[in-house]
Amino acid sequence: MTTRSDRIFAGGVGALAALVPLTLFGITVLLLIEAWPSVTRYGLSFLVTSEWDPVKLVFGAGAYIFGTLVTTTIAILLAAPIAIGAAVFLVEYAPRAVRGPLGFLIEVLAYIPSIVYGLWGFFVVVPLMRTAVEPALQGTVGQLPVVGALFSGKIVGLDLLTGGVILAIMILPIILAVSREVVSAVPNAQREGMLALGATRWEMVSRAILPYARAGVVGAAVLGVARAFGETMAVTLVVGNASTAITPSLFTPGYTLASAIANQFTEADSELYFSAIVEIALVLLLVAIVVNAAARLLIRRSGAAREGMVL
Amino acid sequence: MSTAVTAPHFALPERHRVIRRRRAASLIMAGLLGGATVFAASLLVIIAGFVIVRGLPALDLAFFTDRPKPFGVEGGGVAPAILGTLEMGALAAIVAVPVGLGAAIFASEYRSGRWAAAVRFSAELIAGLPSVAIGVFVWAFMVRSIVGNYSGLAGALALAIIMIPIVARTVEEVLRLVPGGLREAGLALGAPRWRVILFIVLPTARAGIVTAVVLAIARAAGETAPLMLTALGNTFFSFDPLRPMAALPLQIYQYAVSPYDDWHEKAWGSSLILVTVIALLAAGLRLATRSRVR
Repeated sequence: MTTRSDRIFAGGVGALAALVPLTLFGITVLLLIEAWPSVTRYGLSFLVTSEWDPVKLVFGAGAYIFGTLVTTTIAILLAAPIAIGAAVFLVEYAPRAVRGPLGFLIEVLAYIPSIVYGLWGFFVVVPLMRTAVEPALQGTVGQLPVVGALFSGKIVGLDLLTGGVILAIMILPIILAVSREVVSAVPNAQREGMLALGATRWEMVSRAILPYARAGVVGAAVLGVARAFGETMAVTLVVGNASTAITPSLFTPGYTLASAIANQFTEADSELYFSAIVEIALVLLLVAIVVNAAARLLIRRSGAAREGMVL
Repeated sequence: MSTAVTAPHFALPERHRVIRRRRAASLIMAGLLGGATVFAASLLVIIAGFVIVRGLPALDLAFFTDRPKPFGVEGGGVAPAILGTLEMGALAAIVAVPVGLGAAIFASEYRSGRWAAAVRFSAELIAGLPSVAIGVFVWAFMVRSIVGNYSGLAGALALAIIMIPIVARTVEEVLRLVPGGLREAGLALGAPRWRVILFIVLPTARAGIVTAVVLAIARAAGETAPLMLTALGNTFFSFDPLRPMAALPLQIYQYAVSPYDDWHEKAWGSSLILVTVIALLAAGLRLATRSRVR
């Protein structure tokens, strides 16, 4: 039974709801339009060259893309093992009394604003990297023949490596929260079957639980990558923002896509400069859409009820 | 089939050794996983510790009531930033709450069909957008065209876009927890569907809806990058939504990148205020959701 008032109400709710896809559509279209002058003028060279000179109106975001890839890779390599390990521990090992409080402490990490991570990174992590971690790295692995190149050069502390470390800390709670949901969703029969065969607890985890939860755990990590990719303030404060040279050294004070926007938007005095900055945002947007869609498909396939809905 | 299955006949000591090795491996891994958990949890303790220890000395009454002073002048506070965050948060909520609620009701109560899935999926994608990209969108949309300068209104729009998917997704989850029997009872009594939704479903889910809104505000309050591109910041008291507006995260950034120790201390102090507010909201939420929703 549908009355007229019902139709009006449904129409109103539908109109409000329609604003959500419209917003996404509007953001994408407007960024495309505003970036168009830069897209047509520089074409593919915007993505693969790294000369960024507002005076000569030459814009290539290659170094920013490189910096983003490097920091994101460092972040995921550091964060994923710790986050997934902690998720497994919280679900499979921790006694009930510890599970709640520990889980809460880690969840709160996700609430800390990125500017506070940035402040902490800038005043605490950067000096630590400059005086202790990076000289130690340079003195040990830095002496090896090939990998040594990663740790060569002048040590300033404000560099891609520090940016990656801060990002790792920031994406840790997201990966952990989602992995925890995924591991919780593994049916008990998997555990019982393995234990009934005489497996130790680690054998159960490594041969029954993790293979079963693989798609979801990978999805969690991909979600972490998506977050790291667009993170701005914390990285901007620690990554250096000084050099657009693409070198193998992680000690390069580089840029990321997001930090380049944050650093330069006030300087966009010409239409082309403005358009080039919008194109950086467009790249971030498109990659975020693709990566998020992929992550959510993976997580959904793993049967987790909800993928840490607010994250 | 016909041959008997032969058990691997290890000598007894050999078998014990294998078992011992497997147990040891299991214990070592348990230790490593536990270590990872403790490490992750201790990060929070470390960061919170720094914010509290370095932030507390900056706090006095003037810090909450005064405006930032130029360098060299004693004292000064972050009152405009606190008020700016409140004003932009409120403006953003005015937009985000109805839209988010509408999307949640649509996705949960009219869930038949492709449109509900489209709304849900686009909410997920917006939630996954880098906030700086949303900032660039509002910068291009309002700052560079409609309004023509940096403004609190533009900041509020950016925050609203960040809040909408959080409200929509969280409220939808809560509405799904409302038992179907309640809806059917209302419909059986002859109430039209809109009355059932407005007067039965929403009131039942009230606690969860409040939770969702608070959560969204807590998340938006800490956003910095989109505000940099839209509200810009201001060191004076200004409530005009068409002018640049101060906000706590912006104030923290400006203090942090300054070369003065005094301002660094103020950055920690502002962070302490911001983190305390967000932590209180989060803790309140946890209590509320524990008793009602689950």
